Amino acid sequence: MPRFLSLAEAVEDCVRDGDTVAMEGFTHLIPYAAGHEVIRQQRRRLTLIKMTPDLLYDQLIGMGCAEKLVFSWGGNPGVGSLHRLRDAVENGWPQPLAIEEHSHAAMANAYEAGAAGLPCAVFRGYIGVELPKVNQRIKHITCPFTGEQLAAVPAHRPDVAIVHALKADRAGNVLLEGIVGVQKEVVLASKRSIVTVEEIVEDFGPRSFNAVILPGWTVGAIVKVPGGAYPSYAQGYYKRDNGFYISWDKIARERETFLAWMKANVLEQGPEVFAKHVQRARAA
Amino acid sequence: MADYKPNEIMTIAAARALRNNDVCFVGIGMPSAASNLARLTHAPDITLIYESGTIATKPDVLPLSIGDGELCETALTTTTVVEMFRYWLQGGRMTVGFLGGAQIDRFANLNTTVVGDYHKPKVRLPGGGGAPEIASACGEIFIIMSQSPRAFAKKLDFVTSMGHGEGGDHRARLGLKTKGPTKLITDLCVFEPDPVSKEMTVSSIHPGVTQEEIKAQTGWPVRFAATLTETPKPTANEIAVLRDLHARTARAHGTA
Repeated sequence: MPRFLSLAEAVEDCVRDGDTVAMEGFTHLIPYAAGHEVIRQQRRRLTLIKMTPDLLYDQLIGMGCAEKLVFSWGGNPGVGSLHRLRDAVENGWPQPLAIEEHSHAAMANAYEAGAAGLPCAVFRGYIGVELPKVNQRIKHITCPFTGEQLAAVPAHRPDVAIVHALKADRAGNVLLEGIVGVQKEVVLASKRSIVTVEEIVEDFGPRSFNAVILPGWTVGAIVKVPGGAYPSYAQGYYKRDNGFYISWDKIARERETFLAWMKANVLEQGPEVFAKHVQRARAA
Repeated sequence: MADYKPNEIMTIAAARALRNNDVCFVGIGMPSAASNLARLTHAPDITLIYESGTIATKPDVLPLSIGDGELCETALTTTTVVEMFRYWLQGGRMTVGFLGGAQIDRFANLNTTVVGDYHKPKVRLPGGGGAPEIASACGEIFIIMSQSPRAFAKKLDFVTSMGHGEGGDHRARLGLKTKGPTKLITDLCVFEPDPVSKEMTVSSIHPGVTQEEIKAQTGWPVRFAATLTETPKPTANEIAVLRDLHARTARAHGTA
């Protein structure tokens, strides 16, 4: 059974300087509240893995938490660049950022291989493209049955997975619905895990026989943080705040406006602010 | 006949390329607008699939991101992202992949990774996302992009996804059985690959656009097909449906 902790306790306990950390969520269920706690606790030298770094990793990178990023699409979806990611890669601010770049197919396969306990993932990919020239961790393997050349990448085995989910029950089982992304794979692939949830219920009640459930014994720590995925979303609880994603472009473009926003909205706040964000977005 | 803007005829010409029985892997942005316009006009039964795992989705407004809740709520079913890339894309279920890009060359290879040197980039672009495998696994590829000499480049700084590579039989030599880019729809015209060289060649010009304008907005010496057609003008219905879709979307995203 997982431990039910406060967010500060969970991050204190599970995330260490120098760790490889994957805070996943494919647009849906991005664990913003937990990421902000990592920033407040000033974790350093992290290797951050995520298919779509999104605004959360822009914030972690801009606040100096990361020394390496493993990713496949680093933009603000439908809006444009992640300016803090760009500043780190192009100008080394606030510190140089090493990158290991893949395609989505490679990243998804690498998580699945990690969950499956395999050393690498094999798939048909990277044909006729240049990423293998600049990423030494993309290799090729010959199918022993057909002779076909296939791409291979190392499995993702993060030290810590951090995800947001809809509900946990009193026994610590976790329920996910909607766009479930790679949430299940990343938890099963990681040594430790933190799952933030919208609510903790006595019993999940009626549900699909095939609902995505992480049994409590596969999860490290559970933290109740209502609104914890905002400005991403939680299916059935609140919508993605697309207006905020659009406004982030202006906030993050300059270092000064970014730092001022982080001070006021992250450093001087706690996880309880996320419930207020959701109330405000609902009222708008 | 309604008046229209260059980006409107681009979206409409792109939508027309899709067929009612297509299974289309949809990129975000202009490909998403064109694909949904097709679904709302001549192709009501088209299957639209987004990489977030949503299959046969019918969004009422265009998603801002590839994983907006709207896509899941209106889908027939939603798979994991792993399953989407392994079974559905790699498994060869998509008849068409619909992509955009930052930079394209004459063989319809795309760059969405960097401007300048990869290790010391002048501009770090978002990267490939799903595109490298979409470009190889879908039955054929449609690309939609606004033309400019910088975007339609003589040489790419980086090949993020493969079109026809170096041209000719390059795809086949790499073992690919899919067709690669068969249509490139721009704000000025439509390109299709030459049957032998695979160089993207102008096949249809939008009404009122001149060959000189197309040459001026293309970074390589552009070729025109022997038999050129004029792109049919947008119909009043196509324009009305597209504008309505964009207006609904702007209201939903709070940008109206």
